[in-house]
Amino acid sequence: MAEANAIAKGKKENKSNSQLMGVWIRLKKNRLAIFGLVILILLILMAIFADILAPYGYDEQNLQNTFQTPNLEHPFGTDEFGRDILSRIIYGSRISLQVGIIAVGIAVIIGGFLGAVAGYFSGKVDNIIMRCMDVLLSIPQMLLAISIVAALGNSLANLMIAVGVSSIPQYARIVRASVISIKNQEFVESAKATGSNDLRIIFKHVIPNCLAPVIVQATLGIGLAILTAAGLSFIGLGIKPPTPEWGAMLSGGRMYIRDYPHLTLFPGIAIVVTIFAFNVLGDGLRDALDPKLKQ
Amino acid sequence: MGNLLEIKNLSIEYVTDERTNKAVNNLNLKIREGETLGFVGETGAGKTTTALGIMRLVPSPPGRIVSGEIIFEGENLLEKTEKEMREIRGNKISMIFQDPMTSLNPIMTVGEQIEEVIKLHEDLPKDELRKRAEAMLETVGIRKERFDDYPHEFSGGMKQRVVIAMGLACNPKLIIADEPTTALDVTIQAQVLELMKELKVKFNTSMLLITHDLGVVAETCDYVAIMYAGSVLEYGNVERIYNNPLHPYTVGLFNSIPSLDEDKDKLDVIPGTPPDPANLPTGCKFHPRCSKCMEICKQKMPEPIEVEEGHYVSCFLYDKDVKEGR
Amino acid sequence: MERVLIDVRDLKKYFNTKQGTLHAVDGLNFQVLKGETLGLVGESGCGKSTTGRAILRLHEPTSGEVIYDGEDILKYNNKKMKEMRRKMQIVFQDPYSSLNPRLSVFELIADPLYVNKGVVPKNRIEEKVKYTMELVGLEKRLINSYPHELDGGRRQRVGIARALVLNPEFIVLDEPVSALDVSIQSQILNLLDELQEKLSLTYIFVAHDLSVVKHISDRIAVMYLGNIVELTDYKKIFEDPLHPYTQALLSAIPIPKVGIKRERIMLEGDVPSPINPGPGCVFYGRCRNRKDMCKEVKPEFEEKKPGHFVACHIV
Repeated sequence: MAEANAIAKGKKENKSNSQLMGVWIRLKKNRLAIFGLVILILLILMAIFADILAPYGYDEQNLQNTFQTPNLEHPFGTDEFGRDILSRIIYGSRISLQVGIIAVGIAVIIGGFLGAVAGYFSGKVDNIIMRCMDVLLSIPQMLLAISIVAALGNSLANLMIAVGVSSIPQYARIVRASVISIKNQEFVESAKATGSNDLRIIFKHVIPNCLAPVIVQATLGIGLAILTAAGLSFIGLGIKPPTPEWGAMLSGGRMYIRDYPHLTLFPGIAIVVTIFAFNVLGDGLRDALDPKLKQ
Repeated sequence: MGNLLEIKNLSIEYVTDERTNKAVNNLNLKIREGETLGFVGETGAGKTTTALGIMRLVPSPPGRIVSGEIIFEGENLLEKTEKEMREIRGNKISMIFQDPMTSLNPIMTVGEQIEEVIKLHEDLPKDELRKRAEAMLETVGIRKERFDDYPHEFSGGMKQRVVIAMGLACNPKLIIADEPTTALDVTIQAQVLELMKELKVKFNTSMLLITHDLGVVAETCDYVAIMYAGSVLEYGNVERIYNNPLHPYTVGLFNSIPSLDEDKDKLDVIPGTPPDPANLPTGCKFHPRCSKCMEICKQKMPEPIEVEEGHYVSCFLYDKDVKEGR
Repeated sequence: MERVLIDVRDLKKYFNTKQGTLHAVDGLNFQVLKGETLGLVGESGCGKSTTGRAILRLHEPTSGEVIYDGEDILKYNNKKMKEMRRKMQIVFQDPYSSLNPRLSVFELIADPLYVNKGVVPKNRIEEKVKYTMELVGLEKRLINSYPHELDGGRRQRVGIARALVLNPEFIVLDEPVSALDVSIQSQILNLLDELQEKLSLTYIFVAHDLSVVKHISDRIAVMYLGNIVELTDYKKIFEDPLHPYTQALLSAIPIPKVGIKRERIMLEGDVPSPINPGPGCVFYGRCRNRKDMCKEVKPEFEEKKPGHFVACHIV
C-alpha cells in the first residue's frame, strides 16, 4: 500500500512522462524481463569496453598454448591457434550486437515505412507492396539471407543487409495492421479537420501510436537476427577470420567438438544468453505496453 | 410479498498492483417477488459490478467480494460452491447484457443458442428442445422460421429480443438486465421495453433493471435505487422518489436532464466529477459535490433513514439527531 | 439579422458497397442561419453524422452544393479548403478515440495552430492555448496531462478547445455529449451555450437524444434514412409535429416523470436498409398513414406552414 502511494506520488510529479513511467512501472514488476534487461546492459557495456575487459587481443596467437582447457590464465581456454576464447567472446559481442541491432534497424525502417504507406493509402498501393512482401515471405528467411550474402559477397555489411532485408516483410505486416486500425480512429479524422496533410498525419498521429508492437517485435527480432548471423557464419558465409563472431567461432570449433568441446560450448552459451535476454525483455515489453493492462 | 433477493452490506473491490478500486461499498438492496427495481447511476457507480456480484461472476483476479451477504430465496449465494452457482445461473437468475451485438455467438444460429441455455438446465429430447426454443422465439416476437438464422442476419433490436428469449428460456425468478436498451434507437427501445414489461408479467419474474436513463426507469420500474460511488443513496417507490426526490444527488440528477416540456436557458449542474474509486472521499461519498454539505458529512457516512414508508435516504439532512444537534 | 451562413443544396453522399449503392445522405436541402444552432436528430444510420462530415468535406460529398457565405466550398481546391477549415470545425462524439493518446493536452490544443501557421504567431501559441483552456474550463494544471489521465468530461473539453483554438465561425458538434454521464452532460451543454454567445458561433448539433437537442437548438431537422423529413423551430416540432415519423419518435422518448399518460405510437419493424432504396417515401414501410402514392412518388420537402418544412404527401 505504501509502495502504491509512493508510486502514485511519483506519477504525479512526473506527469509529463507518465506514459513512459507507466510502462516502466509495469515492466519493473516482471522480474524476468528486468533480468534480461540487466544482462543486456552488461553485454552492451562489455562490447563498449572490450579493449579494457579482454585479457588478450582477439587475434593474439600463441601456438604453444593451443587447445587449453579452461584454467586460471585462460578462464574459457584457448582455441586451435592458442587464442584466448574469453577475449574473443568479449570482442565478438561487438559484432554480434552490431549485427543484431543494425540488421533489425534496417528491417524496421524499411519494413515500417512500406507497411505504413501500404496501410495508410490502402487500395492499389497496398496491394502492390504487400504482394511483394508476400513473395519475400514465401522464401524461408535463412535461404533468402544465404542467397543475398552469396550474391553480394562475404562482409560484415552484407551480412547485416542480408539479415535485415530477409526480415523486412514481418515488420511491414505488423506496421500495416496497426496503421489500418489507427487510421480509422476519430483522432485522425480530427487532424484532417484541422487541415493537416497526409504526411503530418502519418508521422505525428499514426506512427507514434503503432510503435508498441514494433518495439516488441524488434527486441524479439534482434535475438533472431543474431541467430541468423551466427547461422550464416556457421556455414561460412558470414564474418571472415580472424574477426571474432560467435557463430563463426562455433563453426570453427566444430571440427574439434569431440576432443575439445569448450571451443563450441562458450560461444554457444554466449549466443543463448543474449537471445534469452532479448526474448524475455521483448516479452516483458509486450505486456508492459499492452494498453489493456492500463489500470 | 416476500423478498426474493436481499443484499446486505456488500463490498466488492478490484485490486491491482497499482491501485485498489472500491467498486461497491456497503451496499444494501432488496427485490420482492414480481417487482422491477431500477438501478440508476452514472458510469463507474458500481451498477454492473453489483450485478456480476449477484451472479458471482466478478472477474477474479482482480475482483474480490470483500464482505456482505447476497440472500436469494433464503440462501446466501456467497456461500454456494461454483457447481451450485452454475445451476442457478441462467436457470433461476439470468442476465441480459447491454450490447446485443457482442452477447450472441456469431457462429451459432439463434435457435441453437436458445437451445443451449435450456439444455444446460433441463434434460429434454431433441425435438422437444427445438419446440421449446421455437416457442421462446415466438414469445419475443420473432417468427420461428428464423430459428436457423445467424445473429448477423438480425438487426440490433431483433438481436436484443433473442437475448431476452435466452434470458427467459428457463423461466427464471430474477432477471438482471444490464442497460438492455442503451445500444438501441429510441423507437426500437420503446418496442423492447414494451416487450420486457409484458413478458415480466407473463412469466412472473422479478427484474433488476440497470440503467442510467431516468426516463426508462419511470416507464418500467416499481422501485428505484440511486447509486453513487458504490453505495445506494436513495431507495424507494418510483412515484415517491420521482415526485419527491430528497437526496441532493438525486435532486441534482433530475435537474440536470434537459426536459422536453420545460424551457430553460441554463441547465442546473452538479459541480465536479464522480470520485475516483481508488481514492474515495471520507464520510459521505457525495460531499465534495454537495451544495448542502455539513461538517458531519465529511466525517461520517450517513446510514439509510426511512423518511416516509418505504423511502430511504442516506443523508444527514434528514437525520433528526443531527438536526437537533445543530 | 437572419443571415444565411450555409446553404446546403441537394447534398448527396453515396457509398459503394458490395450489396449496392448505400444512400447515406440522399438529397438534403437546408440552410443554417448565422448564430443559430441547428439540431440534426435521427436514429443510428439515418445519415446525420455523415451530413455533418460531408458539409466539412471530411467525407467528400457525391454531389450537391454547400454554399458558405456565398461560395460553393465543394468547388474549392485543397489549398483554399485548408484555409476554409479554420472557419469550420468539428467536435467528435467519442472523447476516447478522438484525441491522440500520445499527445499532451498542450500538444493536442496547439496542434491545429502548428498546422495552420499564421493564425497565431509562434511565440504566442502558448498564450493562446492557455487562453483557450480557460475558455473551456480546463484547469491550468492539466496542461501537461495525457488524455488517459482525464475523465470523459475534461476530454470533451479538450476536444472543444481544439475546435475553438482556430477561432472558427461554425462548428459541427457530432454527438458531443452522448458518451457522457448526465451530470457531466449538463456541464458541457452549458459550456457550449456560453461559448456560442461569447464567440458568436454557429452550430450544427448532431444527436439522437431529442431532449438534449431541444435544449440547445433553435431549429431542429429530423432525419430518416438519409433524408430530412421535417425541419422547423424547436418549439413547433414538439408542439405540432407534422410528419408521422417525428410523431412516432417523440412518443417513444421515455420521460423521467411518473404518472404521465400519453399515447405511444409504436412503429413496426426496423429501419430499412439504406442500400438501393425504392422510389417512394423513405418512411413508407413503417408509416401508419401510408397511401398508395407514397410507395411510388417521393414527397417533396416543402414549406407546409411558415418556417415549417415537411416531406410528406399526407400533410
